[in-house]
Amino acid sequence: MKFTMTVSPDFSPDYIAGWYIFNTWLQKQTNESIHLELYNSFEKQREDIKAGKIDLIYANPYDASMLIRDKGFVAIAAPDNKSDEAMICVNNESDYHCVEDLKEKCNIATADDPEVSTIGMIMLEPADLNAENITVLEQKNYVMVAKHLINGSADAGFFLKEAYDDMSKFIKSQVRPIVTSQISVIKHSFLVGPSFFENSGINESDFKELLTTMHENMKGLSTLESMGFSLWNEQSQEDAEFMIDLMDTFVS
Amino acid sequence: MSKVTINYYDKTSEDREVLDEEVPFPEGKLIVSRTDVEGNITHCNQAFIEMSGFTENELIGRPHYILRHPDMPAAAFGDLWNTINTKTKWSGYVKNLRKDGKFYWVYAVVVANVREGKLVGFASVRRKPSRTKINECIDLYKTMLAEEKS
Ligand SMILES: Cc1cc2nc3c(=O)[nH]c(=O)nc-3n(C[C@H](O)[C@H](O)[C@H](O)COP(=O)(O)O)c2cc1C
Repeated sequence: MKFTMTVSPDFSPDYIAGWYIFNTWLQKQTNESIHLELYNSFEKQREDIKAGKIDLIYANPYDASMLIRDKGFVAIAAPDNKSDEAMICVNNESDYHCVEDLKEKCNIATADDPEVSTIGMIMLEPADLNAENITVLEQKNYVMVAKHLINGSADAGFFLKEAYDDMSKFIKSQVRPIVTSQISVIKHSFLVGPSFFENSGINESDFKELLTTMHENMKGLSTLESMGFSLWNEQSQEDAEFMIDLMDTFVS
Repeated sequence: MSKVTINYYDKTSEDREVLDEEVPFPEGKLIVSRTDVEGNITHCNQAFIEMSGFTENELIGRPHYILRHPDMPAAAFGDLWNTINTKTKWSGYVKNLRKDGKFYWVYAVVVANVREGKLVGFASVRRKPSRTKINECIDLYKTMLAEEKS
């Protein structure tokens, strides 16, 4: 049987090759045939998840909720030291120094990332700002968000912290964070669907063992490095369930 | 410094230091704790420990009222428990008492932790509240407290 693996569309484009290398590695280790399908839109990917076309996924916490609670996916592992944090940034020369400096009707630039937008909106709450009293300027990516700050067409922008950190020195000198989330328990995780375990020769504990020990040999380690990871930590179902409970407190 | 006797729901009471001094909510952080179904603390994160002023050992296993501030009306917590016991999400603004007598305001969302259809506990995730909302609550809670005392 041929299985399909996918990656949350918010992964850094620098690591596309890494995911293909990982897929090759995984096929060798499991002796199963796995096709890697990458998406550039959350919506299209979600449609395919709902249609049952996905067997393995590196999922963002947002989708993990639906995958685990509605689709019976199992949490396997999460990369070490990689929590998803969001930032609210402004033009470096602006007078905005804290969230409370932002006022009603301000323009907020965002990228198409539901998780970062959710955390960003929460960080705006102390300023009495919400979806009804701000204008959201949705952009294709974080570089476009930065552009809107630099040219002054947005008052503030939401960033994935990792994406901001990876930007050029030039951009960072013009775009300044006013608040950064430090949530630490919200992270992407690797999930496997029930059809994979039913139709492959591998069970859940073997799969966990495979990922969490892959950094112990050279081939595995270099594969991890190509994805920008150092190692996978085991994620228990309870870890994932708790993260979902936590995300649930973000939606009203 | 002034000691205030706080009477808890379970008929116990404690004399606690209460100071009129606010500690600001830590920027960007969430204050997270989990309880068993009775409301005894089972887990808390670093931000929780730091803001409460207690050590982790002093918190785990203790009822969550360890943070109860005498300015909070009982009805607010009555509403919390009535809501979460039906596995419905509760949210509200809470003034919490630290070990050192200072206080901090939070916007709290409390959810039931349901595993395989069974209620196993609750989690509270607190975030930085808006000053406007706090000011509304200061007035509201004063009124509620006066009614409860009369
Ligand atoms: C998950 C959870 C979190 C809670 N967090 C707080 C809190 O931060 N501060 C607080 O005063 N009460 C909190 N409570 C409510 C307490 O259990 C308790 O009802 C409240 O402090 C009032 O005390 P009393 O019921 O003894 O009057 C929490 C309850 C639950 C279930």
